[in-house]
Amino acid sequence: MRTAEALRMAVEALRVNRLRSMLTMLGVIIGVLSVVILVAIGTGAKNAVEKEIAGLGSNIILVVPGQVGLGAAPTQSRLDLSDVAYVRRVVGDPSKVTVAVNSGEPVRVGRVEVFATLTGTDENMPHVFDRPLRRGRYLSETDVDTRRRVVILGSEVAAKLFGDVDPIGRQVTIAGVRFRVIGVYETVGSTFGVARDQEVHLPVTTAQRLIGLPRINGIAVGASGPDEIEPLRRRVVAALDARYPGETFSAVTQTQLLGTIGTVLGMLTGVLAAIAGISLLVGGVGVSNIMLVSVRERTKEIGLRKALGARGRDILGQFLIEAVLLTTIGGVIGILTGVGGALLIQAVSPVPASITWWSIALAFGVSAAVGVFFGVAPARRAARLDPVVALRTD
Amino acid sequence: MSRDERADGPATSATASGTAYGTPPAFEAVGLTRSYRLDGGVLVDALRGVSLRIGQGEFAAIVGPSGSGKSTLMHLLGCLDRPTSGTLRVNGVDVATLDDAGLAGLRNRTIGFVFQSFHLLARTSALDNVALPLVYRGVSRAERRERARAALEAVGLGHRLTHRPSQMSGGEQQRVAIARALVGDPRVLLADEPTGNLDTRNGEEVMGLLERLNEGGVAVVLVTHDAEVAARGRRQIHVRDGRIERDT
Repeated sequence: MRTAEALRMAVEALRVNRLRSMLTMLGVIIGVLSVVILVAIGTGAKNAVEKEIAGLGSNIILVVPGQVGLGAAPTQSRLDLSDVAYVRRVVGDPSKVTVAVNSGEPVRVGRVEVFATLTGTDENMPHVFDRPLRRGRYLSETDVDTRRRVVILGSEVAAKLFGDVDPIGRQVTIAGVRFRVIGVYETVGSTFGVARDQEVHLPVTTAQRLIGLPRINGIAVGASGPDEIEPLRRRVVAALDARYPGETFSAVTQTQLLGTIGTVLGMLTGVLAAIAGISLLVGGVGVSNIMLVSVRERTKEIGLRKALGARGRDILGQFLIEAVLLTTIGGVIGILTGVGGALLIQAVSPVPASITWWSIALAFGVSAAVGVFFGVAPARRAARLDPVVALRTD
Repeated sequence: MSRDERADGPATSATASGTAYGTPPAFEAVGLTRSYRLDGGVLVDALRGVSLRIGQGEFAAIVGPSGSGKSTLMHLLGCLDRPTSGTLRVNGVDVATLDDAGLAGLRNRTIGFVFQSFHLLARTSALDNVALPLVYRGVSRAERRERARAALEAVGLGHRLTHRPSQMSGGEQQRVAIARALVGDPRVLLADEPTGNLDTRNGEEVMGLLERLNEGGVAVVLVTHDAEVAARGRRQIHVRDGRIERDT
C-alpha cells in the first residue's frame, strides 16, 4: 500500500525532472551496457576457442618431446617412426595412433605459388582427428609404406592453386618435387592460430625424405572415451619415460587445454567485467549526487510530509525507491542497448560475442544494488530532517 | 510496538492516564522550555517555562510579536519539536513517551496543520494534496480520494478537485490546506498565521471557515501577531519573551 504510493511519488519526481533523471541514468546505462558487452565479448572468445579445440576431434592426446608450457624452450625432437610403433604397441589399437612431421614449404602449380604448412602423417590420421574430406580419399597404408608422392590439400590451398578446377589427379610442385593430389579437405577453420585450411598433408615417410630428417614432431593418440583419456595419457608417458630415461615427454589432452584456456579467458572476462563495473560505480556516484540535490531541493516538501504524519522510514523509503528506480530503469535500458550492441558486434565484426543470462541478471541486480547503496546516504539525510527546520527552509 | 499503539490510539490511553473528569484536554503543558544553541554556540531560550491548558473544542489565539516564542510554542504543541524540559500532554498522551515514529502518528491522527504559506505540493492536484495525510495512515487509494473529495467539498472547493495550486487563488490554496488539515478528522487544528498571506476578503473567508469548523467540535489554536485576527478567538494567550504574559 505505502510502497505503491511511494513508487507513484518516485515516478512523479523522476518525471518532473526528466532531463536530470535521464542524465543521471546515462551513467548507469553506460555502466550496465559496458558490463553486458564486455562480458559478451569475453564469453564469445571463450566459446570460440573451446569450439576450435573441440574441432580437433574428440578425446585426443598429443604426445610431444620436452616440457609443454609457457616459457618452455622448444625441444629438439628425438622421436622417430620406431617410437610410433612402440606407442602403438603400448596403446594396443594401432589405428588409434597417428603421427605428425611439420614443415613449411611453398606449393606451386604453374606460376601460382602458395605457402603451406606441410604435415606428414599416416593412414590413421582420420581415426584420431576429426577431418572430413570434401573430395577424393585419405592417405593409405601403401602411400606411407611406399613413400608415394601424393598430397591432400586444405580447402584454402586448393582454392588458391586451382580455383574452380577439380584438383583431384592434378600435379603440384613442392621443393622441386612433383606430387599428385588425391584429396581435398573440408573447410575447418583454424586452431590456435594454425590455419588448418592452409595445410597440405602427405605421407610421413615422404615428408621425412623431403625435409631430410628421420624425426617426427609428435604423436597423437585417440582414446575410446572421455574416461579413457587420463589412464591412457599416463600409460603413454610412462612408457616413453621408460624407453628414454632422463628425458621428458609431455602429453597434452583436450581437457587440459580447455581447462587452461578456459581459466585464462574466464579471468580475462572477469577483468573486463570489473573494468565495466567501475563505470557502473561511477554511475552510482552520479545517482548519489543527484539524490542529494533532490533532497536539498525538496527539504520543504519533506518537512511538510513529516508534519502531516510521515515517519522517518516513510521518507527513507520514498527516496530509496526513487534512487533504485533511477538505477533499475537505467539498468534495463543498459541491458537492452548492451544486448543490441553485442548482437551488432557479432554481426558486423569478427569479434565473437555471446550474451550470457548471468551477466544480464548480474547487471540488473548490481544496478538495483547500486541504487540502494548510493541512495541510502541521501535518503537517510532526508529521513533525519527536522520538520521544523525543513518547513522553514526557502 | 506499544509506543505505536499509544500513538495510534490517544483516546484509549487517555482513559488509561486516568483523568478524573472524562475526556482529557487537547493540550496540557507544564513548565515547557525550549532552548536552541545557535551556530556561534550562543544559547537562546525561546520558551522559558510555559504552562497552559487548552480544552477540547476551544478556540484559542496565541498572540505575540515576532521573536516572542509563539512559533516555538506552536511547534511544540504540534509535536513537530520536543521541549527541552517540562511536560506536554496531547489528548492525554505524554509526548515524552513517544519516539519519533510515535510523534508522527500523533501528528497524523490528532493534529491538523494550517500554515501561513499554505505548503501545498506544487505539481499535485488539490485532491491529491488533501489526500496526503491519509497516505501515511495506510488508507486505500479509493478511500483517500473519496475522503479528500468530501473535505474539499466541505471547504467549498468541490469544483476545483483536479486543479493545481498554481491554478488557484491564495484564498483557494489556503482552503485546500484547511481541507488537508481536516481530512484525517483531527481533534485540533493548529493554524500558524493562516491569513498572513491573504487579502482581507480571502482572510475573512478563511477565518469564517475556521470558526465554522470550531463550531463543529474541532479545537482551533491560532497563532498570530495580528490583533484583529486574534480578537476572533474566544481566548487570547499573549506570549512575550518566552513566557505567557496574559491569558484571557
